[in-house]
Amino acid sequence: MQKSKVSVWRQAATSLTAVVIAVSAFVVVLLPGRAPAQTPGPEISHFTLKNGLEVVVIPDHRVPVVTHMVWYRVGSADEPPGVSGIAHFLEHLMFKGTEKNPEGKFSKVLATIGAQENAFTTADYTGYYQRVAKEHLQQVMEFEADRMTGLVLTDANVLPERDVVLEEFNMRVANSPEARLGEQVAAALYLNHPYGRPVIGWKHEIEKLNREDALTFYRRFYTPNNAILVVAGDVSADEVKKFAEATYGKVAKRSEIGPRQRPQEPEPAAVRHVVHADARVTQPSLQRSYLVPSEHQTKPGEAEALDLLAHIVGAGQNSRLYRKLVEERKLAINAGANYSGTTVDATRFSVYATPQGGTSLPDLEGAVDGVLAEVIENGVTEQELTRAKTRLIADTVYAQDNQATMARWYGAALASGYTVEQVKGWPDRVRAVQAEQVRDAARTWLQKQRSVTGYLVKEWPKTEEKKERRS
Amino acid sequence: MTAITFAARIGQAAGAAALAFAFTCAAPAQAATNIERVVSPQGIEAWLVREPSVPLVAIDFSFRGGSSQVPAAKAGLATLMTDLLDEGAGEFDSRTFHERMESYAISMSFSASRDQINGSLRTLAEHQDIAFELLNLALTKPRFEQPLVERVRSQIMSGLRRGTTNPNELANRSWWNTAFPGHPYAPAVNGTLDTVPGITIEDLKAFRQRMFARDNLKIGIVGNVDAAAAGRIVDRIFGDLPAKADLVAVAQASPQALGRKLTVELDVPQSVVMVGGPGIPRKDPDFIPAYVLNHILGGGSFSSRLYREVREVRGLAYSVYSTIIPLDHAALFVAGTATRSDRADEALQVMRDEIRRMAQTGPTDEELASAKSYLKGSFALRFDTSSKIASQLVQMQVDDLGIDYIIRRNGLVEAVTMDQVKRVAKRMLDGGMLVAMVGRPSAATAAGGNTAGPSADPAAAPAARPVDKK
Repeated sequence: MQKSKVSVWRQAATSLTAVVIAVSAFVVVLLPGRAPAQTPGPEISHFTLKNGLEVVVIPDHRVPVVTHMVWYRVGSADEPPGVSGIAHFLEHLMFKGTEKNPEGKFSKVLATIGAQENAFTTADYTGYYQRVAKEHLQQVMEFEADRMTGLVLTDANVLPERDVVLEEFNMRVANSPEARLGEQVAAALYLNHPYGRPVIGWKHEIEKLNREDALTFYRRFYTPNNAILVVAGDVSADEVKKFAEATYGKVAKRSEIGPRQRPQEPEPAAVRHVVHADARVTQPSLQRSYLVPSEHQTKPGEAEALDLLAHIVGAGQNSRLYRKLVEERKLAINAGANYSGTTVDATRFSVYATPQGGTSLPDLEGAVDGVLAEVIENGVTEQELTRAKTRLIADTVYAQDNQATMARWYGAALASGYTVEQVKGWPDRVRAVQAEQVRDAARTWLQKQRSVTGYLVKEWPKTEEKKERRS
Repeated sequence: MTAITFAARIGQAAGAAALAFAFTCAAPAQAATNIERVVSPQGIEAWLVREPSVPLVAIDFSFRGGSSQVPAAKAGLATLMTDLLDEGAGEFDSRTFHERMESYAISMSFSASRDQINGSLRTLAEHQDIAFELLNLALTKPRFEQPLVERVRSQIMSGLRRGTTNPNELANRSWWNTAFPGHPYAPAVNGTLDTVPGITIEDLKAFRQRMFARDNLKIGIVGNVDAAAAGRIVDRIFGDLPAKADLVAVAQASPQALGRKLTVELDVPQSVVMVGGPGIPRKDPDFIPAYVLNHILGGGSFSSRLYREVREVRGLAYSVYSTIIPLDHAALFVAGTATRSDRADEALQVMRDEIRRMAQTGPTDEELASAKSYLKGSFALRFDTSSKIASQLVQMQVDDLGIDYIIRRNGLVEAVTMDQVKRVAKRMLDGGMLVAMVGRPSAATAAGGNTAGPSADPAAAPAARPVDKK
């Protein structure tokens, strides 16, 4: 077990349910956000096929392998009411086979050629990937292009998979009081926007999902003009273009995709608290989410200011929260914050803390408020800002070591409506942020009426009524 | 299939010596990665891969030892010690140390396992000297100051408290406690709520001194550095360490209580099942056949038998796996799943049936061919980042596989025959296994009353009743 310095609640609004984990410790963790450095990064190519499929190629010629990903601009926030979880359920069902390649033939071939594969769903996108020796790239593309529109589903393969998804729900949510609180905080934060629904769905709705629901959703959203192909690794843009035209290029567009218009949030008006009590809780904790804009909605530089604010307030041991609550006042075992701005709609700025010893959650919350009030009042120091910029920008250099990371960053950004240029320009935009902008972001967005605070406790506090009865 | 060039370059600078193997990964991937064996001026060996195209340096290392070197009453000492290495060292207090790491974008991490203390450093090439200094201080002069010890201890205790109602954690703990009674492998690496409070600063200092030395150390380096520079780096970081570690002998062991079923009652919707027995040691000639066999049974693809039967056909679970764990002093085969409590017995039965079927009849020709093909084809995916290469360089040394293993490995997989796999299946899978089940497996079958009653304290797991002989 690792020292618990890392956030327990690393998911933001686009809480990811990595999916189809078969075996081993192979877990997909995707955090929307960090853009790779502009220089001396790889030469990234970007083009669009005639049927509307966007293509991104990220060269990395060190080892003869490639990471091949297809992203659909559809996630749980695009689901119609009443069928929550269908985006994710469909993602599972995409492994069931097509008319041309029935009964999981795709996975069987991958299991022979030595490809790693998996898929994932968030509120904003759904992705499928294979990592494989480069000579198999075109074959993998043929299979993936085939299942873009060729999926065949029967009750015989749909119904057991629904049980699998319910077990995934049990594992991720029902067995974990922390996750249950997170679900409840999100639901309380979003009064109108479907980001308030869990990506995996509500259990009572997952239980009723069926073949028709899946196919209806599939036909509407799975079409080349709603997809992005990302290939990273030992391949050239020309090769990818040739292969893509020979495979994906032959898939006809089958539906028109309009702008993604989800119901938007009203201006938040009230401070909200939720309490989740569960007998299994042996370590109380608190988490808070503020409704804040995504990079689509902020004014220039503001999203980057929020990135830096989250880092300065809550990333690691140099952060304000850790130093004040854990080191100095010894009220907390752990504390932090995070923000992920690369979402389609209004996202979350999250804060969490775990109390030390006898610290009550209201006292801990008061101390968190004190730390945030200090930043709102006096802003951040130049030293803090420089350190945070160094770390965030360096992360984009470290990312260049990993073709799969690069593919995920570009894929997630494009699938959420951002451009290659925006991704590339992120380090420069971070560099340009001034301390006042960070303070202003805190003042504007860390207002308590924008937030929901969740308490995780073992049992409800004893009520006054009981005390009276005793006396 | 492979091309090997051999070059010896001796005394390039300051007494650094390097042996270089250039190789290509076996087909189908024509990877070219050079591993050089570097011996530093002070005589410390490291394996190096020169990678000029990414502006970072990745160093991984491992000290043989780990939590099996800790007395049972001090369980958790290895974790507490490793967690404290970056909390102040040498002239830098904890805060300054962390400020320096962040200011130069240096990442450093340490972890303990049963057999090893592992560490990892990632730095941008431009800040590497500062990174090497910090790592050297963390290893040789950690402060272990009281307030920091208490802080980190409270973080570990918090995790342990959470673990007392986590079914995975409970299954693991009850399984290991029962499988290795009285052996240093029994306690969890991070200790228990009873042992962690009793660890003293003297314990921490003494344990560091015993563990960190040059004779139990393996190092992997990836970056734009040549052999001479690598030798200097190694000495800069590790040269101050004593020549010899002070390790106690750990007895060879094999898992006990085979055929028993432990039940820990916990009110969760999903029960966790863990099944395990003896595996195959890493040095055993049967290891590679066992590895291939395990891949077919429950290894890492969506086509394994356990995946198909437990998950795909019956929808019993999201996660199901099997694995072989070759420790230094014991070898294990372990399988597990997590499933709705009212069908936990069914899931366990399906797993047992599949394990038995494999033991008795082995895989099909097609399964064997496909598994070998997968394992060969996916090998290159372990080497596609500097970080992964650094980790592989250390693992190959820890396992004592030889610097040419990377070119031999796919040939070893290819050479596996059906006869070998069938023999290994009998050897590894045909005996009784120890089962740990955590959750409410009796909830649905209470009428039948076929499971053990509440056994609240997982530490008392050895007392859980044997039920359900295989």
